[in-house]
Amino acid sequence: MQENGFENLPGSGPLRDSKKFASDQMVRWCPGCGDFAVLAVIQKVLASLDIPREKYAFISGIGCSSRFPYYMNTYGFHSIHGRALPIATGVKCANPDLQVWVATGDGDALSIGGNHFIHALRRNVDLKVILFNNRIYGLTKGQLSPTSEFGKKTKSTPWGSIEYPLNPVTMALASEATFVARGLAADVAGLTEIVSRAAKHQGTAFVEVLQNCVVFNNGAWKEVEDKASREERVVRLQHGKPLIFGKDRNKGIRLKGFDPEVVEFLPDRPPKDLVVHDEKAESPHMAYLLSKMNETNHPVPVGVFRAVRQPTLHELMEEQIIKARQSAPTDLQAVLNNSEEAAA
Amino acid sequence: MNKLKAVKPKSQSSEEIDSVTIRFAGDSGDGIQLTGLQFSTATALAGNDLSTFPDYPADIRAPLGSLFGVSGYQIHFSSSRAFTPGDAPDVLVAMNPAALKVNTKELRKGGLVIANSDAFNTQNLGKAGYATNPLEDGSLSDFRVIPVELSRRTGEALQGLPLTKPQAERCKNFYALGMMYWLYDRPMEGTLKWIETKFKKNPVMAEANKKALLAGNAFAETTELFGQYYRIKKSPVEPGVYRNVTGNEAMALGLLTAAQLSGLQLWYGSYPITPASEILHELSKYKNLGVKTFQAEDEIAAVCSSIGAAFAGALGTTGTSGPGVSLKSEALGLAAIVELPLVIINIQRGGPSTGLPTKTEQSDLFQALYGRHGECPMPVLAAATPADCFQMAIEASRLAVKYMTPVLLLSDGFLGIGAEPWRVPDITKLVKFPPSKLPPPDKFKPYQRDPTTLARPWALPGMSGYEHRIGGLEKADITGTVNYEPENHERMCRLRQAKIDKIVSEIPPMDVLGPKKGKVLVLGWGSTYGAITAAVSRLQAKGESVASAHLRYLNPLPSDLGEVLARYERVIVPELNLGQLVHLVRDRYLVDAQGLNKVKGLSFKVAEIENAVMALLAGRRD
Repeated sequence: MQENGFENLPGSGPLRDSKKFASDQMVRWCPGCGDFAVLAVIQKVLASLDIPREKYAFISGIGCSSRFPYYMNTYGFHSIHGRALPIATGVKCANPDLQVWVATGDGDALSIGGNHFIHALRRNVDLKVILFNNRIYGLTKGQLSPTSEFGKKTKSTPWGSIEYPLNPVTMALASEATFVARGLAADVAGLTEIVSRAAKHQGTAFVEVLQNCVVFNNGAWKEVEDKASREERVVRLQHGKPLIFGKDRNKGIRLKGFDPEVVEFLPDRPPKDLVVHDEKAESPHMAYLLSKMNETNHPVPVGVFRAVRQPTLHELMEEQIIKARQSAPTDLQAVLNNSEEAAA
Repeated sequence: MNKLKAVKPKSQSSEEIDSVTIRFAGDSGDGIQLTGLQFSTATALAGNDLSTFPDYPADIRAPLGSLFGVSGYQIHFSSSRAFTPGDAPDVLVAMNPAALKVNTKELRKGGLVIANSDAFNTQNLGKAGYATNPLEDGSLSDFRVIPVELSRRTGEALQGLPLTKPQAERCKNFYALGMMYWLYDRPMEGTLKWIETKFKKNPVMAEANKKALLAGNAFAETTELFGQYYRIKKSPVEPGVYRNVTGNEAMALGLLTAAQLSGLQLWYGSYPITPASEILHELSKYKNLGVKTFQAEDEIAAVCSSIGAAFAGALGTTGTSGPGVSLKSEALGLAAIVELPLVIINIQRGGPSTGLPTKTEQSDLFQALYGRHGECPMPVLAAATPADCFQMAIEASRLAVKYMTPVLLLSDGFLGIGAEPWRVPDITKLVKFPPSKLPPPDKFKPYQRDPTTLARPWALPGMSGYEHRIGGLEKADITGTVNYEPENHERMCRLRQAKIDKIVSEIPPMDVLGPKKGKVLVLGWGSTYGAITAAVSRLQAKGESVASAHLRYLNPLPSDLGEVLARYERVIVPELNLGQLVHLVRDRYLVDAQGLNKVKGLSFKVAEIENAVMALLAGRRD
């Protein structure tokens, strides 16, 4: 299929040892950074897949999390601020044989790269997009990010932020993403499950990871990260199951009009009108309502909001080429001789 | 339906002429570009060399009859070489008063005006600022004026067809085209065939346009309106397959060919921008050749997608105009430091900012040479004619792959939309340029350079044993890991510069037109080639000691340029900017070169260059 001037080399088999996905570079994140957990989770997930190491490409922009490719013993490209997604789009479409991952942050993906974010998702490019959301600019030492809370004091907002934050999951759903999920860096088991599913999704798989920045925004997601309070502050989305949470499994989510509300009940008697999660729903309406739940009034939903299969950009691109080849000459000389007649 | 007869042999007398320049002008909705394009195609089929200049407003449909809404299409064709679209039209076809008003000052004295007299009503005259009707008040006494009731005559010719009056009226451009075909003895078969294909789904309009064309032709034949018709001998050309191409078409075909010669998949990531969009349109047609085109969400995404595609092993290319290059410039820095092949095409237009989007200019040379952050050298090439865009697209791709570098290729609005006949090459005769072979995996280092070219190896994701990381942070020499050491940074900056400098060995010696030494050298680059060559040829015919040389490589410059410059007493550099190449030449070679500069959104007239050189020869400095 691939027409190129490069030699065909023998491939290797899948790697089962997650340590073999680590590069020889020293990991230079701050001690205690949430990024370490994500790195470990992804290395573990790759070792569980039947894909040889050389078929992985990790693409990133700029920011702490964007150092990610340097720490992976795969192909990697640390690019420029905000532009990982269009670069990854070129990589994936030029060689659909690769599994392409994007490591990005809240500033990289949603501020400087905001435009690329919505367009990569709407095109359903087959990418695994991991957004490390610590609600702060870390690499530039502590300025406001587009996910920072209203009123937040940072180096660039000493009087408190006067900007309203945006919600990455809401944005992903509004951008027609076919796989949308949220996980916690502090919950390795839960995150591993989510990332494995993202890895197997065909199309854009978007995962927001809530993680801490120990230096510039310590306690970014305190309540959901702390093991002690987590089960009260988090609701885990499970396909086909009602939305129930709490250490005692005695709380649930139902709709009041268009607004989700928390309802308490006796653990063995959940009310019938709890929201039942459907990640495969054709329209993302319910997923959108759930995405609007935030830690101020509700538990934070984690898990897979949406997982639907739609043709991806590279599949459609290849399909058009195959179709065009059936109806128009594939001989360059014929095209050069007369464009009008040779064009499809 | 298809019983329209071919035209009978001509009954009137004829005269043989060497060349003629015709300008079609009218409202932007009058089908002027289409008419001009059809005339060009017929002229190419008739075997004449030609050069065209489509000149249209930035507005899609400017207010009817307004001066700023006038769209023009000029074509110069000849029995010898047609280097430019012609300085002053010999014939003006004016569809309304505004078209007449805008174009009469350009028209040659004694030239012919064919005007659609039906459009010369009070309202249109007023819009064009005419107090009285110029077709009647004697103000056009310098020209030979032939008023034709185009609208009425077209309407009559189409009687019996189920058309509304405005629909019939819209066919008047074909009526006028039919007249012009008669006057210059052009074949009509091509246009008749084109109409059939174009209006396949609307047989009534197909019939109407064909009828209008033939009626216009018959009208010219039977009424003795012009007195005689003209014949222009075929231009002497090398044998081969010829077709008419615009620069943008040639650019697209060049990229397709480059992909084949390199054995790489072609990726073209682009964002719509005037006057570069046609490259995207053209390439999008050729999915049958396996090209992948990507209309990105913005200029930055366009270039980044191409960088990504290059990382994955494709021939990554992107095209835009000056404002788009500004947006891409950060990514160009990335492409330079990661040393991936990339072709960036700039179809220059009048700037700064949105400037004159549909007009031509050469004012992005400094941007191409210097417009990036950091020490960021990049090869810069420039096409000289529309057909040359084909060759230069291949050359830019070849250098990009061989030297593992982004390459900037400059064209401009004049080349992009202007057309000329192009001899289609036999692709089996073109030189292939596959990427260099890789060392075995255990010997592979991402920044271990080829000693001759200084290019780094191009190992692709998917190849086992070559896994590596690249990125925008400074690279350690050889290993390519992140490195912040002062000595390493300077070494890498110098290596990147040295690599680009090595490209000088690829550049052929300067091709000087005229005496090897003498009084004046006219030095040009880009789209001024035609006007310079025509002007210098005329001066040489007059016996003047004048030569010209043209640069297609702007960085690095040809190694013998300094030597060539030194052989002439004076050097003059015509440019469609306020003096950019002239600055470079003065800086580099300490030559007292003089600029000839124009920034009107228009290309040079031959006479402008000729006069400037005459002034220089006479010792005047303008």
